[in-house]
Amino acid sequence: MKAPSLQNTLLVTGLFTASFAQAAELEITVENLTRGIAFTPILIAAHDMESHLFVTGEMASTELQAMAEGGDISGLEMVATSVAADVATNPAGGLLMPAMSTTTMLSTEQMNTQLSLVAMLLPTNDGFVGLDSWTIPETPGTYSVYLNAYDAGTEANDEVRGSGAPGEAGMPVPPPLESMIGMNGTGVAASITNDKVHIHPGNIGDAEIDGGNSDIQNTVHRWLNPVAKVTVVVSE
Amino acid sequence: MTIRLLRMSVATALLIMLAACSDDNDDSVTEVPEEPEMRTFEVSVFNLSANQPLSPIAVIASDGGMLWHTGEAASDGLEALAEGGDNSVLIDADSTLGATSGDAPLGAGESEMLTLSLEAGSETSISVASMLVNTNDAFSGITGVDLTTWAVGETQTYLPAVYDAGTEENTEMAGTIPGPADGGEGVSEGREALDAVTMHSGVVTADDGLPNSVLDSSHRFANPVMKIIISRVE
Repeated sequence: MKAPSLQNTLLVTGLFTASFAQAAELEITVENLTRGIAFTPILIAAHDMESHLFVTGEMASTELQAMAEGGDISGLEMVATSVAADVATNPAGGLLMPAMSTTTMLSTEQMNTQLSLVAMLLPTNDGFVGLDSWTIPETPGTYSVYLNAYDAGTEANDEVRGSGAPGEAGMPVPPPLESMIGMNGTGVAASITNDKVHIHPGNIGDAEIDGGNSDIQNTVHRWLNPVAKVTVVVSE
Repeated sequence: MTIRLLRMSVATALLIMLAACSDDNDDSVTEVPEEPEMRTFEVSVFNLSANQPLSPIAVIASDGGMLWHTGEAASDGLEALAEGGDNSVLIDADSTLGATSGDAPLGAGESEMLTLSLEAGSETSISVASMLVNTNDAFSGITGVDLTTWAVGETQTYLPAVYDAGTEENTEMAGTIPGPADGGEGVSEGREALDAVTMHSGVVTADDGLPNSVLDSSHRFANPVMKIIISRVE
C-alpha cells in the first residue's frame, strides 16, 4: 500500500518542478521612444514575486524618490540586491538620449521570475519610466513591452531648474541638457496633488527660453505614452 | 413527437448547409488547372481623434519588410506621407506586393473599410499608415504585421500610437501644416536634427502656450487616434 502512495508523491513533485520557472538567460533592449526626453542611468532587476521597485497607487520608497528626483539608482540597487535579485545597472553608460537604444544581458536565478526597470526622465521633477514586475516568459522567444511615464509623487512639478537631491525643489540639469533647458521660469505647479506613484500628467513647458512659467520647452520636452519599448529575448 | 422531428430535421438541414459552405473542395476529385489561391483581407479604420483628419489610408502588403522603424530615419516615402499625406511613394515601392488607398481623407469620427486581395504563398506582411493632417509630420499606423499564417475568419484589432517622422520641426506655424487648420505646405526640404522616427509628443497649440501655432485645443490628441481591425475573409 505504501508504494503507490510514494509514487504519487514523486509524480506530484515532478509536475511541480516542471511547471516551476527555470533560470533564464535574457537579452534586454531598452529603446527611448520619445522625441525630447532623456533617460538617466537605467536599473533593471529580475526578482521574486513579492518584490517591487515601485507600485502605482502606493507611496514611493526613499530609494525610489532618490531615483525619480535625481537619477540616483544606487539605493534601489541595494534594495534589489538585498532580496537576491539579478541586477543590470546603467547599460547605456549614462544618459539614454531620445530615439536611442541600449542592450544588456541578464542571467536570472530560478526564483527571480519577475522583471522590473526604472530610470528618471529628464527634464522632469520626479518623472520616471517604469516596468513593474513583468512576468518573464518561460518559452524562448522575443517579447516586447511598452512602458509608461510615472510620477513618483514626491516633488511638485514646478519645471524649473533646481536640485536633484531628494526633497529639494527643481529639476537637475546635467551638462548634456544644459543648452536645451530654459531659465528663470516662475514655476508651474507649486504643490503635490497626488503623493502616490501615478501616471505622469506630462510636461507643460512654455515657448520662452528665458522667463515664463517653465524652463521646459513646450515643443520639445512633452511626451505621450508610451515612452519606452523593452524587448526581451529569452534564450533556449 | 412531430414537433421534435421537425426540429431535428431543421437542425440537420442547418448542419448540411454549414458543411456545404465550409467544405466545397472535399468532393472535387478531378484535377483543376492551377489557379492562384487568393487571400483577401478587410481592413477597417476608425478615426478616434477630436479634430485630426487622417490622410487617405494606405494599406500596403509587402514582402516581409517594415515601412518604418522607431529610432531610425524615415524613408522618403514615409516623409511624403507624414508631411503631406501623400501615400503614393510608399505604395509604388519595389517591395510592395499589393496595396490599396482610401479615396479621400478620413475625418474625425469617421470610419471606412478597405479590401486587399493577395496571392497566397509568399511571405506577406501588412502595413497601414496615414498622416494626422493638422500636424507637421505626425502619422499613425501599423507596420510589418505578418499575415502569412492567418486563417480565414481570423480577426485582429490594433490601436497604434502616433509617431513623429522626424522630418519636419513641430513649429505648428502658418504655412507648414497641410490640413484644414492651415492649408499650408506638404513636404518641405530637409530633416530634423533628430532624424529618426519616434513616438509623437503631441501638439502644443495656441490654446496651450505656443503663440505662433495655427492649431487650437481641438487639434490636441492622445494615443491612440486610430483603430484598425483586420480580418481575413477569403
